Amino acid sequence: MATTTVRTIDAKAIRELFPFFTPHEEMRSLIYLDNGATTQKPRAVIERMVDFYSYHNANVHRGAYGVGAKASEMFENARERIAQFLNAKESAEIIITKGTTESINLVASTWGESLQPGDEIIISEMEHHANILPWMQLVERKGAKLIVWKITDEGKLDLQELQSLLTDKTRMVAVMHISNVLATVNPVKEICALAHKAGAKTLIDAAQSVAHMPVDVQDIDCDFFAFSGHKLYGPTGVGVLYGKREILETLPPYQRGGGMIKRVAWDQVSWAGIPSRLEAGTPPIAEVVGLHAALDFVDEIGRDKIEAYEWELTQYALERLQEIPGLKLYGPVDYRAGLLAFNVGDVHPHDIQTVLDTEDIAIRAGNHCAHPLGDRLGTPATARASLAVYNDEAHIDALIKGLHKVREVFQLD
Amino acid sequence: MIEQLYQQVILDHYRQPRGRGHLPDPKFMHDGANPLCGDEVVIEFQVDGEVITNIRFSGQGCSISQASASMMAEALTGKTMDEAREFIRQVYALLKGDVEPDLETMGDISALAGVRKFPVRIKCASLAWHVLEDALKGLQATAQSK
Repeated sequence: MATTTVRTIDAKAIRELFPFFTPHEEMRSLIYLDNGATTQKPRAVIERMVDFYSYHNANVHRGAYGVGAKASEMFENARERIAQFLNAKESAEIIITKGTTESINLVASTWGESLQPGDEIIISEMEHHANILPWMQLVERKGAKLIVWKITDEGKLDLQELQSLLTDKTRMVAVMHISNVLATVNPVKEICALAHKAGAKTLIDAAQSVAHMPVDVQDIDCDFFAFSGHKLYGPTGVGVLYGKREILETLPPYQRGGGMIKRVAWDQVSWAGIPSRLEAGTPPIAEVVGLHAALDFVDEIGRDKIEAYEWELTQYALERLQEIPGLKLYGPVDYRAGLLAFNVGDVHPHDIQTVLDTEDIAIRAGNHCAHPLGDRLGTPATARASLAVYNDEAHIDALIKGLHKVREVFQLD
Repeated sequence: MIEQLYQQVILDHYRQPRGRGHLPDPKFMHDGANPLCGDEVVIEFQVDGEVITNIRFSGQGCSISQASASMMAEALTGKTMDEAREFIRQVYALLKGDVEPDLETMGDISALAGVRKFPVRIKCASLAWHVLEDALKGLQATAQSK
């Protein structure tokens, strides 16, 4: 039996801050272990959005009347808060998007315009489709080359291997901070340093990291940093692209429309400065305001504490998963984020998911939007339990019990 | 409840599938997938006149989708295309709960009725049947246009 004691955070007290975990007649109580897909939302986030729509709703950057000015202020305060959360130098480096996917697409279709034939872009073998497809399409359009940085057998990225891939043609190194399948925490600071030495830019897909560890974009020294609100206890439909000012300023517009110009005449258009130039149209205002509340929620607990707590819980899970005969776990075990992708014997992950569902445990099953990684691992699908700050040892115990049930139903022995 | 879904006969078809593989000279080939969950089924078959003489399937996915394909290969080999179409309609009715499982007419396939209590899994159970249905539709359309 496991010996780890997880005590640094009172997960039960945190669950009480979430309507989702509060008993309700329309819902059965659920052990939610699909946080890599999306997290639940604390009451503070939901209430902030209800408050915005109830009492402050107006478009931003347009109305000079009181409510409009207040809405703009709330929106820009949130941008300030995001900058502070990431330790960006200034809020103008924060571009509001609809999620990580759009953030990466934005970079590929604006910064990517400067690519020349023969230029090279390096991405890793463990990437999510969101950090593969925009680049794949870009290199095709530009006659450039996509270079794949292979993972080690342990499921990590080897910096020496990167060194050997970098050339004077390398223009961009785009990697994920934390793998959504392997749970590997990539050495992004070292990656950025190597890329910069070779004269390349860097993009970090931080979808799986921002809710689970402290991040500092100046310390990482990345050129771009992308994440979503909804995996960070915030609303869907909002994401962030951080970019260094000197690079953002060189980018052409991403979409064209309202709010991103200085002046439009039939014969001449001048674009607004950053961040507006990259944010055409009405932004997701209530969502941005909700994201602000989510960042407050995370920082009130403390990202250092969250990271330490989730690692403790992960170690407990790693230990207990060994009790399941025939369980194959993917990714490193010396250190990892709170994601556990696995298979059990010849049972298909969807069947694992269904059995666990009948035990009121929610996990993800499938290819996790990373087909090339699945090819490398030799498994088209895995079951994945992913942790958040409101999970605790009892949830892991329930998962283990559920996996014994899977073995029983599938008559493994 | 979970035992109704994963009945012995389903596990049996999943682990010892009938008709898994390829035909050396498939006359017809058709594939289908549930992109959401990644289930994939490829059906190959041959016909002699109106009769389906040989069915093979390949692909990957959950026990329900693969067992269902195995059951289909077993059940429809030797049937005429009209009979197969009617049989497929019966299977859909079974999955939806419109007809009760009948071991005599449906054999092993009766076990698929277990998905009724798991609505998200109905598409797993019906995948192979949809693939063959599509293929037969294609054949019919080609025949009519001639």
